[in-house]
This record gives sequence, C-alpha cells and structure tokens, in this order.
Amino acid sequence: MFDYETIRLIWWVFIGVVGIAFALTEGFDFGVGTLLPFIGKNDVERRVIMNTVGATWEGNQTWLILLGGAIFAIWPAVYATLFSGLYVAMLLVLFSLFFRPAAFDYRSKIEDPRWRNSWDWSLFIGSSLPPILLGVLVGNLILGLPFHFDQDLRSFYEGSFWALLSPFALLCGVTGLLLTTFHGALFLKWRSEGAIHARAVTVVTALGPMLLFALAVTTLWVFVGIDRPEITQMAATDAPSNPLHKTVIAKGATWFQHFMAYPWMWLAPIAAFVGIGLAWLLGKGESRMGAFIASSLGVVGVALSVGFALFPFLLISSTDPGSSLTLWDGTSSHSTLLLGFWITIIFLPIVLLYTRFVYRIMWGSVTEATVLKDSHTLY
Amino acid sequence: MFGDDIVMLSRMQFGLTALYHFLFVPLTLGMTFILGIMESVYVMTGKQVYKDMVKFWGKLFGINFAMGVTTGLTLEFQFGTNWAYYSHYVGDIFGPLLAAEGWMAFFLESTFVGLFFFGWDRLSKVQHLTVTWLLAVGTSLSALWILIANGWMQHPVGAEFNYETLRMEMTSFADIFFNPVAQVKFVHTVAAGYVTGSMFVLGISSWYLLHKRDLGFARRSFSIASAFGLASVLSVIILGDESGYTSGETQKLKLAAIESEWETHPAPASFTVFGFPDQENEKTDFAIKIPYVLGLIATRSLDEDVKGLKDLRDESVGRIKSGMVAYDNLQKLRAGDKNPTIKSRFDEHKADLGYGLLLKKYTDKVVDADAATIAKAANDTVPKVAPLFWTFRIMVACGFTMLFIFAMTFYYCATRVADQKRWLLRMAVWCIPLPWIAAETGWFVAEFGRQPWTISGILPTHMSVSSLSADQLWFSIGGFALFYTVLLIIEMYLMLKYVRLGPSSLHTGRYCFEQQPA
Repeated sequence: MFDYETIRLIWWVFIGVVGIAFALTEGFDFGVGTLLPFIGKNDVERRVIMNTVGATWEGNQTWLILLGGAIFAIWPAVYATLFSGLYVAMLLVLFSLFFRPAAFDYRSKIEDPRWRNSWDWSLFIGSSLPPILLGVLVGNLILGLPFHFDQDLRSFYEGSFWALLSPFALLCGVTGLLLTTFHGALFLKWRSEGAIHARAVTVVTALGPMLLFALAVTTLWVFVGIDRPEITQMAATDAPSNPLHKTVIAKGATWFQHFMAYPWMWLAPIAAFVGIGLAWLLGKGESRMGAFIASSLGVVGVALSVGFALFPFLLISSTDPGSSLTLWDGTSSHSTLLLGFWITIIFLPIVLLYTRFVYRIMWGSVTEATVLKDSHTLY
Repeated sequence: MFGDDIVMLSRMQFGLTALYHFLFVPLTLGMTFILGIMESVYVMTGKQVYKDMVKFWGKLFGINFAMGVTTGLTLEFQFGTNWAYYSHYVGDIFGPLLAAEGWMAFFLESTFVGLFFFGWDRLSKVQHLTVTWLLAVGTSLSALWILIANGWMQHPVGAEFNYETLRMEMTSFADIFFNPVAQVKFVHTVAAGYVTGSMFVLGISSWYLLHKRDLGFARRSFSIASAFGLASVLSVIILGDESGYTSGETQKLKLAAIESEWETHPAPASFTVFGFPDQENEKTDFAIKIPYVLGLIATRSLDEDVKGLKDLRDESVGRIKSGMVAYDNLQKLRAGDKNPTIKSRFDEHKADLGYGLLLKKYTDKVVDADAATIAKAANDTVPKVAPLFWTFRIMVACGFTMLFIFAMTFYYCATRVADQKRWLLRMAVWCIPLPWIAAETGWFVAEFGRQPWTISGILPTHMSVSSLSADQLWFSIGGFALFYTVLLIIEMYLMLKYVRLGPSSLHTGRYCFEQQPA
C-alpha cells in the first residue's frame, strides 16, 4: 500500500492531528476550569460554568489518552524516553489530572459549601497545572533533553526535574496557561449569558494582548537564542528504526533558517498570531462563535508551529545529539504503521461523527435557570 | 544491571496501581450492562420505576466511573514512566493494541457517558437507550483490547525479534487478536465484571428488602441482578476452566505452581485441593488430592502428563543454553558481522533469546555464565508457589460461593418468595465484597504467576524497567499512596451516602423518606 517512508510521514501528520484535537478541545476545558473560581461568584454561577463543559469534557480528555497511546504505538522509543526521562514532570501532570474527574462528578453531590469550594479549587489545579507543565515540556522539546541510548537501545536520562525549569521553558509554561485560559474564556463567553458572559469578555480583553506578547517573545527567543541541531548523515528514510545510525551536530542551521528552508511552514506561526489577534478583536465585541473559531485557528497555529519547527526531529538530545529521535528512525515497524493507519482511517471519522452528534444534542447556552431546574442531575 | 530495589519498587507500584484500578473496572463493566437491561425494560414497558432504577443505579455507577477514569490514566502513563525498556522492546505490538482501545473503546465510553447523565430530556427514549448500550459496549470493548494485550504478555504469538531494531515486531495481527489465551481471558474477565455489577445490585437491593424500604424498586432490581448474575457467574466458571486448559498448553509453569505440582506424576494427574506448599524442599505438605481432576482440567484427557515444576525447570536449563547462543550471535550481528552462518545460527536460536536474557541478572555478558549461574537463572523460572496456590483457591472459593447465592436468589425469585428468605438476603449483603476479592486474587495469579517475565519467555521483568533512581520511585509511590487513599475515602463516603438515601436521592417524591405521613 504505502512504502515505509510515506507511512512514516503520514503518521507524523496523524499524531499531529490527534495532538491538535487535544489542544483544541481539552484546551478550552482547561481554560474553563482555570477560570471557574474567579468568574463564578456564587454556587449557581459556578455550576453554570462547569456545565458548559459538563457533558463533553470526558470525551475531550480522551484525545490526550489517545495521544499517549498513539505515541506508544507509533513512536515507542519516544514514549519510552520521554515518559521515563521526565519522570517527575509526567507524574505531576498525571497527579494534577487526578483532580478533574472527581471534581466534576463529586462536587454537586453534597450541598456543603466547604465541600463544593474545595472541589472548585481542585478543578482549578487540575485545569491550570497541566497546561503549564505541558508548556514547559514543549519548551524543553525545543531546547533538547539530556538523554542517550546505550548499545541495547535502552535510554538513559541525565537531567533532573528542576533542570527542566529554565527561563525559556518557564516562559513556554506561562504561554501555555495563557493560551488555554484565553481559549476557554472565549468558549465560556459563547456558551453563557448575563454576568458570567460579561466577565468572560473582561478576561478575553485583558488576556489577548498578554498572550500575543508572550507568543512574540517566545518566537523571538527561539529564533535568536537557541541552537538547532542538524542531521549531517543518516540511514535511508525507509531503513529499520535505529536512532544510532546517524550523525547529528549540535549546532546547525538556526530555527529561523529552518523555516526559511521550508517557506510554507511560515503559515503556522502566521495562523497563530492572526487567529489570536482576530479572536481578541472579535472577542471584545459581540461575536460569540466567530471569536471562538478565530482562537481555535490560533491554537492550531501554535501547535503546528511547534511540530514544524522540530521537523524531522521528534526528540532532540542535548547531550548526545546522535541519540536524537526523528520521524524516520523512531517509529514502529512498517506493518504496525500500516495496521495503525487502517484503524485510524476507519475510526477517526466515526469518532468525529458521534462527537459532533453529542455536541449537537448539548448545543446552546447554559443558564442559571437550567441549573436550578435540574439541580439533582447536573454537575 | 539495576539494583533489585528499582525492580522491586517498580513492580510494587505497578501491582498496587493496577489492582487499585481494578477495584473500579469490574463494577463499570457490570453496571453498564445492568443499566442497559433496566432501561430496555423501561423502553419496552414504559413503567416509570424502571427509569428511576436506571437513574439511581446510574448515580452509583457515576461515582464509581469517575474513579475508573482517574486510575486508568495512571496505567497508560506508567508503561512509559516505569517500564521504558519494555515499551521500547514490545511497543510495536503492545502499543497498537492500546491505541486501538483508545479509538474503539475509550472514545465510545467517554463521549456517551456525558449524554447518559445529561441527555434524558434532550433525547428520545430509544435514542437514550442506544446511548446506554453504546456505553456498555464501549466498556466491554475496552476490556477486549487490554486483555488481548495482556494475553500477548502471557502467550506471545504473532511477533518476532528484529536484530536491526533490537526489539520485538509484529508479524501477524490475526494471530495476536485470535490468541486463544486472550480470547478466553477476555470472556472470563468481562463476565467477572458482570458478576461484580450483579452482586453489587443484588446486595444493596437485599439490604432495602431487609429494611422493608422501597419494595417495588428493590424487588425489580433484585430479580434483574439475580438472573444476570447467574448467567454471568456460570460463564466465569466455565471460562475459568477453559483458562486452565489453555494454561496447560501455554503456561505450564504457572499451572504447575498453582497446583503445587512439584513432580511429574503418571497420567492422569490428580488435583491438590489443599495443602501447604514448601518451596525450599520442593514438596507439598498435608496435601489432599482428588485423582484424575488436574489431568482432565489441563489436558482434557486421561493419558497425557501434566509436567511438574522440577521437570519444567530442567527444560528451562536447555532453553537458557540455547538463549546464550542466540545472544552471542546477536552481539556479532550488531557489531556488523555479515557472515551468513551467524545470521542462520541466530535465527535457529532466537526463540530462546529471552531465556538468555534471564542471565543478565547475574552477568552482564550473558555468554560467560557457568553451570551454577545457569541453574540459578533456571530456578528463577519457577514462580513462588505458595502465594499462587493460596490466591487461586481464594478466587475459586469466592466464585462458587457466588454461584450458590445467585442460584438460590434466582430460584426464589422465580418462585416469588425471595423477600421471605431473610438468611439469603443477609448473605447477599455480606457477600458484596466477594467479586472484588475474586477479581483481585485472579489478577494476582495471572500476573505474579508470569514471573520472572513481563513477556512470557521473551523479556525478563528485571530488564523491563526504566533507568530510574530509588528516590524517583519513592516520590511516585508516595504520591499514589496519598492521592489514592484520599480518593478512596471520598468515594466510599459518597457511595455509602447514596446507598443509604436510595432512590429518594432522585427527588421524585415517590420513595422512602419522601412520603409525608398521612
């Protein structure tokens, strides 16, 4: 069907699609959860906010689970190296995600205000820590991670959790949080009325410029302040996956030159800035769905920028550049990629179809009247 | 290579978090089906009480489901965080199965669970019923894929080692999917989930009947649970026996350890019901045996041997020696030696490469192992007998006790006198924990019995771990202990609160605590 080289490239695209779906959908869930304790001033308002994502957050979170599963299946060496190398950071992501299901499902089951308040803050932690940590992770993907493989292809990691928190990575963490919060505020603005709606507009108005500024600084920093490794010699793009069969120099063409070499890649950062700029302008005014679509374009642009920038790398090693993993030598076998291709081609449309059905059924704003009417069944 | 403590801590963490996850999974498996049955009755009869049943039992299901989601995330992270070499070595086979689970099952469950709870007024009756069944199908499909993955760890088929990429790669997806061990395990495990849901509903309904509350509601729940439970528990037991048969063919060491069968006895082998396994002296004290039964279970015949542990260990010695040859030639291949005889020597012995890797625990070079080292490694292939022997018997005892309960409750339901059999109702309440005990001990037998391997015969456990430090492991174990304890307390508190409230928690005005005295 497809030769090894083609299917490797297809899978790079597919995993990008799953990652983008995660950033788009879980992105606004994270944002809504982050804003919950601030925009909701009383119990009913908070329930309104939670129920704007109540019926769909779980499906959205599945994109993250699928992302993990797909990386395991398609790029096993990446999965192994990243998750074990960033052990403490990954567990912190996991622990913060623990707060979410219980906060959604348990919060409104007991009427005590202290109980409900604790869960509101739990949801805040579970919705704000992951985007920060994932932002830090993306920053470190750009900077490179200190790992190497031995002769048995066992990966060893030489860094620590604290070493991940460099100024650049922290900036990426802040940008991540700003991005999800901005995106979530636009979602909330769209799906609510009255006071909550008005407060969401205030948040959008304030966060827009901050987010654009953070993105601009990040971009500039990447272009002028960080080295980009370069592959000088490697096995064929359809050779068996073994990362040790190539030579990489630590300091090659800059990130800027990399984008200049593939001019079409500029579309991604342009989409990011245009989308978020437009979302800000529209979001300040009356637009509901339009502003949200603009910010979705922005989120897609940010995600694509990261993927394009790294291409063809998946994981860069800062200590042993030759151990870096690329989409040509970090994949599963040809037959596994083909199997995964068929599963995806069949199930991706089905999943999108029924997800769309659920969104359509749950369409419309959530209001205080809805929450009060279904007080014992809603979150 | 790594200190024993890293391997020990990693195993402890995986074992505890997996067993903890499986406190919630079987109830989800069973409850979704029971909800589907109840709602089908509602749609067919139009009786409000069945809708109330779906909503009330659905509330309890929801409390449990949140924990299942939370703890399931851990498992997906954990292969990478703690078993990195495993993930590299078998990701080509294990990864796609997990990804398939995501596409086919997780999305179905998690997308429709929201509609199940919040879609009542937005969907037609039949639409909502469809949603409930899709949720049930999703949970069982999830079990299908993860048990195919686990079945492959027990009996790895359809894959071979690739010396260029230094890992196992898939050769036949069909072989992996139709792996007999996986298929049997799947039915055995989901049926055990259905039993768990049934026992849960049965026990709680019995409690309402004992307290003479919400009788109509409780009786209907009780009879659905008893009928579904009886069918399920029979499947569990039959498939459990089938499991014994497939183990007899594919996992002889595990089976021999469960039976504390040290020697190979002349066919047909007898079954040890009770006894005290003595690992050191390799015998079973005070054994009570039933003639013929083990031979029948394991071989389905009266003239085939069931091999004892000592003979199986001797077979391991031979395979370790063959594995050393494979390892030696692999080193040469990797160094770039293109001599075709090396490749053919390697291919001849590569099925035993995993046995060669067992030696890595004692010598990094593998090829320099002497007879004493080989004997030590061979001894490692014999699992610890006593824990397997006992947990297996606890599981079986729980199974048969539940068979008794479901048979009796079903019979008394059919004869419409179940309410009056207070001893049976009390027994049903007290036996609520049994399906969990059976499920946890069952997984213990399956996983502990596979040691010293993560992938049976292919990859030893001590090779599979990540390159971590003990500090990192203590950090994560501490975190899990903290979060899981707090969450469990909260979950139990909510569960008990809603069980006590009963259907009155729906605020329909029709149930106990809600009716004003006339």
